[in-house]
Amino acid sequence: MTLLLSGLGMVITLMVDVESNVIGSQNVNAAGTNRKHILDVDVLSEDEILNILDQTDAMSEVLRRDIKKVPALRGRVIVTLFYEASTRTRISFEEAGKILSADVINMSSSGSSVDKGESLLNTGLTLQAMGVDVIVVRHPYSGAPNLLAKHLPKVSIINAGDGLHAHPTQALLDAYTVRSKLGSLKGLKIVIVGDVLHSRVARSAIWAFTKLGAEIVLSGPNTLMPVGLNLVDGRANVLPPVSVQPDLDDAIRGADVVMALRLQNERQNGGYLPSLREYIRRWQITKDRLSSASKEVLVMHPGPMNEGIEISTEVAHGGRSLIEEQVTNGVALRMALLYQVSAGGYQIEEEHPNGQ
Amino acid sequence: MVSKPGILITNGRIIDPCSGYDGNGDLLINNGTIVARETHIEKESLSDVIIVDAGGLIVCPGFIDLHCHLREPGFEYKETISTGTRAAARGGFTTLCSMPNTEPAIDNVAVVDYIRAKTVEDGVVRVWPIGCVTKGRKGYELSEMEELAIAGVVAFSDDGDPVWDSNIMRLALAYSKDLDLPISNHCQDHTLSKGGVMGEGSVSTRLGLPGIPAAAEEAMVARDIALAELTGGKLHVAHLSTAGSVALVREAKNRGLSITAEVCPHHLLLTDERVLTPYDDINGMSPNDSYDTSTKVYPPLRTSNDVRALIDGLNDGVIDCIATDHAPHDIASKQVTYEEASFGISVLETAVGSLCQLVYSGQLSLSTLIDRLTVGPAKVLGAQFDAYKSLEPNTAADLVLIDPDKEWTVDSELFVSKGRNTPLNGATLRGLVQMTIVDGEIVYQCPDVGGKE
Repeated sequence: MTLLLSGLGMVITLMVDVESNVIGSQNVNAAGTNRKHILDVDVLSEDEILNILDQTDAMSEVLRRDIKKVPALRGRVIVTLFYEASTRTRISFEEAGKILSADVINMSSSGSSVDKGESLLNTGLTLQAMGVDVIVVRHPYSGAPNLLAKHLPKVSIINAGDGLHAHPTQALLDAYTVRSKLGSLKGLKIVIVGDVLHSRVARSAIWAFTKLGAEIVLSGPNTLMPVGLNLVDGRANVLPPVSVQPDLDDAIRGADVVMALRLQNERQNGGYLPSLREYIRRWQITKDRLSSASKEVLVMHPGPMNEGIEISTEVAHGGRSLIEEQVTNGVALRMALLYQVSAGGYQIEEEHPNGQ
Repeated sequence: MVSKPGILITNGRIIDPCSGYDGNGDLLINNGTIVARETHIEKESLSDVIIVDAGGLIVCPGFIDLHCHLREPGFEYKETISTGTRAAARGGFTTLCSMPNTEPAIDNVAVVDYIRAKTVEDGVVRVWPIGCVTKGRKGYELSEMEELAIAGVVAFSDDGDPVWDSNIMRLALAYSKDLDLPISNHCQDHTLSKGGVMGEGSVSTRLGLPGIPAAAEEAMVARDIALAELTGGKLHVAHLSTAGSVALVREAKNRGLSITAEVCPHHLLLTDERVLTPYDDINGMSPNDSYDTSTKVYPPLRTSNDVRALIDGLNDGVIDCIATDHAPHDIASKQVTYEEASFGISVLETAVGSLCQLVYSGQLSLSTLIDRLTVGPAKVLGAQFDAYKSLEPNTAADLVLIDPDKEWTVDSELFVSKGRNTPLNGATLRGLVQMTIVDGEIVYQCPDVGGKE
C-alpha cells in the first residue's frame, strides 16, 4: 500500500505495507491493523506483530529526515495520562504524536483532578467528553487500560504500562530492535535476567518474542520468578512456553540476546533478596559472564538502569549494548501504533461498524 | 395474635432430605407450622386456606444461609435488611445468618437488638445474627460471647478478617465451648495473602495481578484444626476454596474431630480463568471482560482441580453445607481497577440456578444439593435449629417451591439486592425459585407462577 504523507508542501511517498490495508477501504485482511486498542501483545498474531514492525520501519525513515514532521494525524487529539513517573515512554509518545502532527496533551496524576480523588473511570469519561481520540495510559494497577477500553467506546486506548501486567510498546520496540539487528527472531535464544515477578516489561516481552519464534530463558532469584511458569498448574494455554534457569552462567550459554531487568531497590526490603551484594554477585550482567554467550550477543535493558546493579557500566555502554537504539526505536514504534489506532484501522471500523 | 390463613400446597414433588422423603404429595400449613404431609389432602374439607397448585414443582425446606453480609447497620448503600431479605426470598433462602462486619460490628447486645428490630420491621425472612469473636473484630480481646449468645447470636465470626492471632483463636474456641455455638473462621494468613487479589497461578501471572497462594488458606485451616483438637471447641471452617483445605478437613473428620465446613456456590462453579477473558476486538470477544471485578472475591476463584475437590467433598459430606457468602457492593466499589475493587459477589439470587448446573451435569444429586442447603447448615448450628430443616409435620413452615427446568437469564439490573456485583450477569441458568414461604407466609412469588386464593 502506498500512503501519502505530505510535509512542508512536498509530497513524500512512504511505503508501509505492500500487501495489506488500503486506508479508507473496508478490505482489511486477517492480519489487519484495525485494532482499536493496544492493551497487550498477548492477543496479537505473529502477522499482526510483523505488520507493526514493518510500519515501524517506515516511521524510522521519517525520524531520519531533517524535518521530522508529517501530517498523518493532523486533527487528532492524543492525551498521555500517566499515573506513574516516566521519562522515556511518555516523551517518546509525545514526540511520536507530534511528528505525526497530532495534538498531544500531557496529563499526570499530580496537579489534576486525580489529586482531588477523581476515579480513573471518571477521568476517562471526562477526556472522552472532550473529544479525545487516543488515551495513552500508564497506571500502577494491572488492567487499568482494560477498564478504560471497556467503558470508553469513542476512544482508543494504548497501554503505556499497567501494574505488573503489560508494557506492549516496550516489548514491540524490543522485538523491532532485535529484528533490525538480526533480521528475524526465529530460533534465537533470548535470556531475560532479574526481577521477572514485578516486571510488566518481561511479561509483554515474553509474549512478543515467543510469538516471533524465539526461545525464552528466564534467570533470576526464585523469589522473583512468578508462579505458574513451566505449567506448574497444568494449563498449557495461559502463558507462553518459557524455561527458567536460576543459574545465570548456565542460562546465558549460547544466548543471542540478553535482557537485564531493572531491580528496584525496595525488593531487598520486601525480603525477596538477602542483599544487593548477593544479587550483584549472582545475576549482574558482566563482560565475563557474556563470554559464554554467542559471540554476537546483544545486550538490552528497558531502562531506567541501575548501573552497577543489574548490569555493569562496562556492558551497558559497551559495543554489544542496544540500549540507546531501543530508545530511538521506541519513538518510531509508537508512531506506528498511534497511526494504526487513530488513523488506520480504527477509522475503517468507524466507517464500517459491522466490520469485515 | 391474628391467625394467618392456612396454605395447602398440592401436587408438589416433595423432597425432604431430613426424612429421606422424595415423592409427590400435598402439604398443609397452619399458623406457621407444617401440620400435615400426605399423598393427597382433600381441599374441600378445609376452610380459609390459600391453595397453591405446585404442579410438579419441587417442594423442599427453605434454605438456611450460614454466611451472608446484610451490611446493615453501617453500609446501607450496599444492602439493607429489607433488600437483603427480599433477595433471599427470591433465591429460596428462608433464614440468613448475617455476618458481623457491620458498622458498628455485632460485638454487643445493642447491635443484635437493632438487627432483630429491623428484621421485624423490614425483613421478610428470618435473620439470625452472628456475633464477633473479638471486640470490634480487631482480634485482640474476646467479645462478651455469653451475653451475645443470650441475645440470640447463632455463631461467632470475625468474618472479612480471620482470627489471626493463634492464641486468641485458641481462647475463643475454649471459651465458647460451653455456649455450644460454632466459631466460623475466615481462614486467611495475611502474611501470605498480603496484597493478593486473585488465586495465585498462571492466570494471576498472566494478568499481572498479585496472587493469593492456596497455602494462605490451608495454613490457617490446619492451625484451626489443631486448635479445635486442643480445646474441643466447635470449629466451623468458612468458605473452603482449595483442594488442600478439603483434604485437611477430610483428614480431621476421619480422626473423629467434630468440625464442620462450608463452601460457596461460586467456588463450585467458576475458576480463576473467568478473570481472564483476553481483549480481542478482531476475533469478536465482548468488549474487554478481562479483569471483571465482579469475579473478585475472598477466597478467590481457583483452578478446576480445586473445583473438583470441593464437589467431591460436598458429595461425601466432608463439606457439610453450601453458604452463599453473599457480599453485595455498590457500583463505585467495583467500577475501578481489579486491585482497587472490593472483594465480594452478590449471590443470593443466583445460587439455586447456578447450583442446579451441578445436578444437570451429574456431579451432585438433587437431594444432596437440597440437603447441603437445609439439613447441613442446621446441623452446623446445632440441635436447637432442627425445626427449620425438614418438612415433617410440626416443624416450621419455611419452604420453597422450585422449577428445576425453568431456564432464565441473569440480569443483575433486576436484582432485588442492591448488590449487582455478579460474574453471572448475562448467563443462562436452569432452575428458578417459584415461591418462598417463611413461617407459613408467602414472602415471594415468581411473577409467572400459579397460586390463587
